[in-house]
Amino acid sequence: MIYAVRILCMLAYVLAAPLLGGFLSGLDRKLTARMQGRVGPTVLQPFYDVYKLFQKQVLVVSRYQFMMVASFLVMVVGTGALFFGGFDLLLIFFVLTTACIFFVLAATVTNSPYAELGAQRELIQMLSYEPMILLTAVGFYMANGSFKGMDAFSADLPAIVKLPGVFIGLLFVLTIKLRKSPFDLSTSHHAHQELVKGVTTEFSGSVFAMVELSHWYENIFLLGLVALFFVSKSWWSIPLAIVAALFVWFLEIIIDNTSARVKWNQMLTSAWGVTAILGGGNLLVLELYRLFF
Amino acid sequence: MEFCILLLILLPFIISVLQAAVRSDSSRRILTFAGSGLIIANALALAICWYLGGQGSVVLPAEGGILSAGVIPYIGYAMLGIELLLAGLVVWLSIKYRRFLIALLSLAQTALMCWLELSGKIHEEAGMIRLDRLTLLMCMIVSVVGGLICIYALGYMKDYHHHHTEVKDRRPFFFSMLYVFLGAMFGLVLSGSLVWIYFFWEITSVVSFLLIGYTKEERAIGNSFRALWMNLLGGAGFAGAIAYSALRLNTVNLQTILTRPSRTIGMVIFLLAFAALTKSAQLPFSKWLLGAMVAPTPTSALLHSATMVKAGVYLLLRLSPAMAGQAAGFMVQIIGGLTFFIASMLAITHSDGKRVLAWSTISNLGLITACAGVGTAETVWAGAILLIFHAVSKALLFQTVGAVEHAIGSRNIEDMHGLFRRQPGLASALLIGIAGMFLAPFGMLIAKWEALTAFLNAGGISVLLVILVAFGSATTMIYWTKWLIKLLAVPAGTKQQKDTTSSAQWLSLGCHIGLMLLLCASYPFYSAWFVTPMLGEIGFEGVSQLLSLSDRVVMILMLAAIFVIPAVARVFAKKVRVDRSSLYMSGINEGDHRHYEDSYGQPKKMYLSNWYLADFFGEQKFYMPSAWAAVVVTVFCFILAFGGAF
Repeated sequence: MIYAVRILCMLAYVLAAPLLGGFLSGLDRKLTARMQGRVGPTVLQPFYDVYKLFQKQVLVVSRYQFMMVASFLVMVVGTGALFFGGFDLLLIFFVLTTACIFFVLAATVTNSPYAELGAQRELIQMLSYEPMILLTAVGFYMANGSFKGMDAFSADLPAIVKLPGVFIGLLFVLTIKLRKSPFDLSTSHHAHQELVKGVTTEFSGSVFAMVELSHWYENIFLLGLVALFFVSKSWWSIPLAIVAALFVWFLEIIIDNTSARVKWNQMLTSAWGVTAILGGGNLLVLELYRLFF
Repeated sequence: MEFCILLLILLPFIISVLQAAVRSDSSRRILTFAGSGLIIANALALAICWYLGGQGSVVLPAEGGILSAGVIPYIGYAMLGIELLLAGLVVWLSIKYRRFLIALLSLAQTALMCWLELSGKIHEEAGMIRLDRLTLLMCMIVSVVGGLICIYALGYMKDYHHHHTEVKDRRPFFFSMLYVFLGAMFGLVLSGSLVWIYFFWEITSVVSFLLIGYTKEERAIGNSFRALWMNLLGGAGFAGAIAYSALRLNTVNLQTILTRPSRTIGMVIFLLAFAALTKSAQLPFSKWLLGAMVAPTPTSALLHSATMVKAGVYLLLRLSPAMAGQAAGFMVQIIGGLTFFIASMLAITHSDGKRVLAWSTISNLGLITACAGVGTAETVWAGAILLIFHAVSKALLFQTVGAVEHAIGSRNIEDMHGLFRRQPGLASALLIGIAGMFLAPFGMLIAKWEALTAFLNAGGISVLLVILVAFGSATTMIYWTKWLIKLLAVPAGTKQQKDTTSSAQWLSLGCHIGLMLLLCASYPFYSAWFVTPMLGEIGFEGVSQLLSLSDRVVMILMLAAIFVIPAVARVFAKKVRVDRSSLYMSGINEGDHRHYEDSYGQPKKMYLSNWYLADFFGEQKFYMPSAWAAVVVTVFCFILAFGGAF
């Protein structure tokens, strides 16, 4: 029974995540446009864009590019599928990290100056968010006694009660992961950024479409991770979790539209600071509580 | 079996004497191949004998054996004689190069040992040699990895003296020392008596000192003396531990000491752990291992992978059950965790391949050290797996970097740009080595997870370690990925170059690659069949497997997929049209994708570099503060142990 549900969830993710992700991306553009006093494109615009990209002739600088981006896409889908299947969070984050390494390599095999710069910035972004992501997994272990995502559904209380610091820390690095301003250093959806198109400079046609697609998959996975903080064994926790995830998503759009891009060292120090103080502090307090009460 | 054990210790010394006598290249070749082959065969024979003999631990001298109890005192005197000779050598060299404090350090501990030995304070005739699973594991690593490195050295050293005509060719001495090193390592891990361990411990210190100073250049001499004083300081700690246990516990047998109640042995454990930290190059003693890279590559490969630094973590793993909850355990885990993080951070800032490898060694040893310091069955399991994988992949990496250095004339990572096109063979070896260090399915990553979980289960202060591991994992990933970026870049118009690596070198590299893949594929088996029972022998009870079975299956599938996905994608990529003109360079691409038009209208070569963030993570900024933090922790724990001891 439980296996059937898990497999269904994984299938649902693989099939529905691009639709949902694309839709959220369209909504994001609409909301952003309204915040900037523009009308904005239709909500379905991202689907049209990606469809058109897939129709274009594939031009790559190096064959390895295609290989790396395809691996990136498959691994991102794998990450999300494992997550919605309720597997070990450490394993999931590891697959995500490996996927990101493939993304960086896809940019650098081209030997292109702009892609290379973007890739180095992408590495700094990974360096910034990676510790917090790992501590999030650790936090769930300390809160639920297991690294498995599905065990959050048998907890008495949602993890957020025990992990407020970890949650805020995760929100901080989520801005990096969602490629939102002020931390959209390696590539940005805003036209005002200066490095051509950063890490994605040399991608075109279907290769670029695959990057967009994996971005959608990744966003849904990340919102799922946010939702995981709110689930418990009661049924009402599930709608609550969805509302919370959507609220966080809206919050990220506001942050995106109200902040200017920072320098990499500001991003790194602030992300590490938040990770150490809020994330690390939360875990230490939790451990002290366990030892003395 | 007894014969195998004794031969394993003596054989390398015999070969080393022969190596010192051999002058011609061809006979050295035969001797090295035969020597390393015999050592590996001997270790395998020992493993087979042990397996057939019931897989129990063996303690010598036994009744009616070759090594009778009556001979032991004479061996003791012989060891003391050799120690005096070594001390004489150190004192002579220290005075020659005006390092008087080092001479004093050496004299002090030798005098202490002489007094203990000759005044009859140490009187032990049993359990001098002890073989169990941990010993056997170390013997296999030392013999296979160490033996292969000696073979690699054949090709490398010939090339080395061809390139470096300014360095005097002292190859007989060099090879002789390599084998002494192996012999000392076998002796060290097989000894059960602290006095015997100390004897071999000092040999490794002095031999590494001689090997680091091989070129006799000013920098080499400086670095070799740094290695010497740090290791002698550890040796002094070791001698102190022997004195304390001989005088207050009336035994110098490590196994007996470990069975005593923990409050009586706190001081001994602390001193031994301190010695182990110096040998494993943990903070604040990390600089000696970094300096060791001035030596020819086989030396670094040997010091960093199979021997020397592994002696330290071996001892820590032995002590681990006694360290849990003790001052020594506190010191070892905090320093280990700190070293793991700081060293991995400093590795980001370097572009010299060997230097990155050196920091990475220190960092990984830090993790093993932390595992031993926490001292629960799970952490020690993780530590042992880390030790195995680190030995093989680090040996592979060092040897490949050495071969690359001779092939392209540089060991700078920046110069390895596009190496996969230029030297596919060597680049693949590097890729496998790097993947082994931080990607799954190779064991380092799995062991790291287990360590993380085990730290969490241990609780208390270990949660601090978890935070250090989280940061350290991120920095580790960055410095390896940067290296991958350079290897895999495909600059337009690069041609494959001739691989000048000798067959002896490729033999060793090939064996390491094979070993790496084998270790990876068979990991669940030897974990269950060998490593888990080993924990029982070390002194842990009720060992459970941490990762549940279904997770492990999924994990192995996923991890295999990581290599399948790019391979499948590669097939699809064949159909993709490549248009080289599409490289975007703001419209000033000169057409060859390597040059751009500068403001004078002249073509200028484009150069892409990795980011090293030296201002951010600089050695100047971080090394001294963290070293001092480690000193404070050490002193604090010494006071704790001292308070508990008296």
